[in-house]
Amino acid sequence: MGLLDQRFENSNVFITSLDGLLNWARLSSLWQMQFGLACCAIEMMAASASNFDIMRFGVIPRATPRQVDVMFVAGTVTIKMASRIKRLYDQMSEPRYVISMGSCANCGGPYWEHGYHVLKGVDRVIPVDVYIPGCPPRPEALLEGIMKLQEKVRKESLVKKRA
Amino acid sequence: MTAQEIFDILKAKFGDALIETTISAAGGSASVGYAMQLWIHIAPERIKEICFFLRDDSDMQFDYLSCLSGMDYNNGTLGVVYHLASIMYKHKIVLKTYCPKDDPHIQSVSAVWGTADWHEREAFDLYGIVFDEHPDLRRLLLPDDWEGHPLRKDYKVQEFYHGMKVPY
Amino acid sequence: MLTEFGKALIFLLLGIIFVVLGLLGAWLCRPRRPYPEKITTYECGEEPVGSAWIRLNVRFYVIALIFLVFDVEVVVLFPWALVYRQFGLFGFLEMAVFLVILFVGYAYVWLRGDLDWDKPKPEIPFIKRMIVPTTEVDGKHVFIDDDEMVE
Repeated sequence: MGLLDQRFENSNVFITSLDGLLNWARLSSLWQMQFGLACCAIEMMAASASNFDIMRFGVIPRATPRQVDVMFVAGTVTIKMASRIKRLYDQMSEPRYVISMGSCANCGGPYWEHGYHVLKGVDRVIPVDVYIPGCPPRPEALLEGIMKLQEKVRKESLVKKRA
Repeated sequence: MTAQEIFDILKAKFGDALIETTISAAGGSASVGYAMQLWIHIAPERIKEICFFLRDDSDMQFDYLSCLSGMDYNNGTLGVVYHLASIMYKHKIVLKTYCPKDDPHIQSVSAVWGTADWHEREAFDLYGIVFDEHPDLRRLLLPDDWEGHPLRKDYKVQEFYHGMKVPY
Repeated sequence: MLTEFGKALIFLLLGIIFVVLGLLGAWLCRPRRPYPEKITTYECGEEPVGSAWIRLNVRFYVIALIFLVFDVEVVVLFPWALVYRQFGLFGFLEMAVFLVILFVGYAYVWLRGDLDWDKPKPEIPFIKRMIVPTTEVDGKHVFIDDDEMVE
């Protein structure tokens, strides 16, 4: 009918799909469960502070797994802690994501060879979406990891199964 | 009070509990210019009464156990090293005991200094040294169903723990 | 046309519809995949131990009750403040009487210790006796000890 056809060039009407809307809403407010275990927690705190500010990405730290979308595993995961991480990941509600921050959470880090009580990578207990390398990663690296996760969320679909 | 004076007093009182006849130095050489890390070798079944004496005697008053560490000397013996200090007199001394690896039993000093309680639990956890008359000897740092004592020289890490693969 | 009440009704209905549509939309779009480990009680990652129902201090209830009374008093103060000029001195004195009555109640509650957080220790009264209690046993007057009270 030509009502909407090329009429709204510089105005504030845009057409989207439910998928796009939901994904945009979800990626703009990825509430995090702060899981600072070791030195990477300091960098996570530095990223939350005013110089780098992850809150402008919508990432608010919450203490309980029930209200969060993403879990930042920041620091060395010991084997005693790994069962608690598994339980907390189970208690998060869908859609849930995991960002593994730092080389200890990625692969055991500097303790890979002799660390008898270090879990060599948190992906041995929970599925990880984004790995951030570094020891510790700079706050900018954490922000890039969050942006990569946002790109992943942007491509999701409501009706199709997640990969 | 220097370490040599403390050694002389102990030797006069508990002659048979001290194994070495002279005070030993770290590295084996006693001819250092200043007394650094001189240690006294005590028999493992007399350590508790010597520690009571060291704490209660009015000239010594070692009321502060700085550290209690386990050791594995890689020749079939385990040991415990005690670093004592006196807050009032500001002197320090080091005691050492040894025990065989296949039957390691040392008297517990947790009745002398309360801090020895958890230090001995840690030594038991990581070396397997059993402390007699300890009020609550169980693992401190590792989970209770962990196999083995990791800081021993012949330790092999276990393959799986509750479904998680432990080595790299 | 609609009366004022009609406009308020439309407002109320739209508010309800707005909320219901939002909740309905969320219910349609959100995933719901419960499994046993997910619905366990949260206890910082540990296995939950003990009951989640705990006993609370009764002082919470007392403070809330007193707050309610004075909150209602403030609610009465607001419309009075709006028509204050209209009623002049008489209105002022009326509200002053009301406030004094409530203030007396507040002082009573305060001095009685109901606003203190810790329960005050009860003082067991000590009775200083001038006449010692005796009873007659076999014709003689015997002093009654505190331990041997009458059965």
